[in-house]
Amino acid sequence: MKYVDEYRDPAQVKSLLEEIAKVVSRPWTLMEICGGQTHAFLHHGLDDMLPDEIELVHGPGCPVCVTPLEQIDRALAIAARPEVIFTSYGDMLRVPGSTVDLFNVRAKGGDVRVVYSPLESLKIAQANPDKQVVFFAIGFETTAPANAMAVLQAQKQNIKNFSVVVSHVCVPPAMEAILSSKHNRVQAYLAAGHVCAVMGYHEYPPIAEKYKVPIVVTGFEPVDLLRGVLAAIKQLEAGKAEVENAYERAVTLEGNLPAQKVINTVLQPVDRKWRGIGMIPKSGWGLRPEFESFDAEMRFSVGEIVTQESPLCIAGEILQGIQKPPQCSAFGKECTPSTPLGAPMVSAEGACSAYYRYHREAVFHE
Amino acid sequence: MCLSIPGKITEVYADGSLIMGKVDFGGVLKEVCLDYVPEAQTGQYVLIHVGFAISVLDEDEAMARMDLVREIENYEEELNSDEIR
Ligand code: SF4
Repeated sequence: MKYVDEYRDPAQVKSLLEEIAKVVSRPWTLMEICGGQTHAFLHHGLDDMLPDEIELVHGPGCPVCVTPLEQIDRALAIAARPEVIFTSYGDMLRVPGSTVDLFNVRAKGGDVRVVYSPLESLKIAQANPDKQVVFFAIGFETTAPANAMAVLQAQKQNIKNFSVVVSHVCVPPAMEAILSSKHNRVQAYLAAGHVCAVMGYHEYPPIAEKYKVPIVVTGFEPVDLLRGVLAAIKQLEAGKAEVENAYERAVTLEGNLPAQKVINTVLQPVDRKWRGIGMIPKSGWGLRPEFESFDAEMRFSVGEIVTQESPLCIAGEILQGIQKPPQCSAFGKECTPSTPLGAPMVSAEGACSAYYRYHREAVFHE
Repeated sequence: MCLSIPGKITEVYADGSLIMGKVDFGGVLKEVCLDYVPEAQTGQYVLIHVGFAISVLDEDEAMARMDLVREIENYEEELNSDEIR
């Protein structure tokens, strides 16, 4: 398809790899923030094609992975209520809560439906006036415009049987949290291209400056990914730490202003706990007080939630780039995509599932 | 969830207060919300994320910029090699 094929062009990939090899002179550690990029690197085998000097560590950009367990347990409790139709993006269904996942809830008779867009959820609410329709509004800055718009439309159209469980997270505070950790190994960031399509990249220069790391806005196709790597390596080799856009076709400095406007109308910055990582101040969005009536957690009281993480799972370290999936003792043994112990094994953006899908043989022959 | 895919707008219409459209993903047509790209027109490519267009793809400019960067780099290389000589 147009605009995809030319960015998978083997000749371009080869010439970019050659150029990267020419430029690199010593070891560097880069982090791709977005889990979609982790999967793309591994899926195309690009991580193996890069020169040995370049190590990729995988970032926290997997919304399903960082949604706190308490939040999932609360969502599960709401989903199990008889008057509720619970709607969610598909990749949330298999994420383990303390004891069950949304699939189990459905198997036990809960009405759990996968939607592609939150607007579908609104339609379900309109079609089922005698039911309460709840949408699991999770994600980074990429899904926020859609999720916020659904709430705004519900208000405008006076759809009273619609509400949301909000667990939004934002990338820049997490980037800072990783860089300020004493375990940090990241020397340059490949910034998440689609987050930047919404938010622009004007938030990054202070981070690049403060922590002396290059930040390169990077896309998702092989050519995009390698252009990001090349730009980051060139900066590192030259001792620079600047913000650069290697995904110009989709991203502008200021981002998508109409989308930011709706986000700011409906949502406000809040402290958020990241699963496995912990509390990061002002790292998420919650509903503004004017939209509180759409907050499912206030609408349905779910009582005390006691959470229980698997003691084997080291997802927190994986999400911060401190460890990689094969270093987890449960990887591929107790924990597989069909018996996941942690969210990174489930999600289409989780690093553990990427290694399981694309690097299994290498890992198991070690 | 952060996977966004490019598609081509084949139709633009209003649904209540929202701008909606049909977008062609390599043969598969889907309804998407175009409210965040009010300037987008039929025939243009947009990046779609969970049913919303979040960006109009500016392909020609991007390509041109890539070519320009390459030209500048080649030019710089030539300059540098001149200096050495
Ligand atoms: S392999 Fe499984 S148990 Fe280990 S960190 Fe990943 S999700 Fe957790």
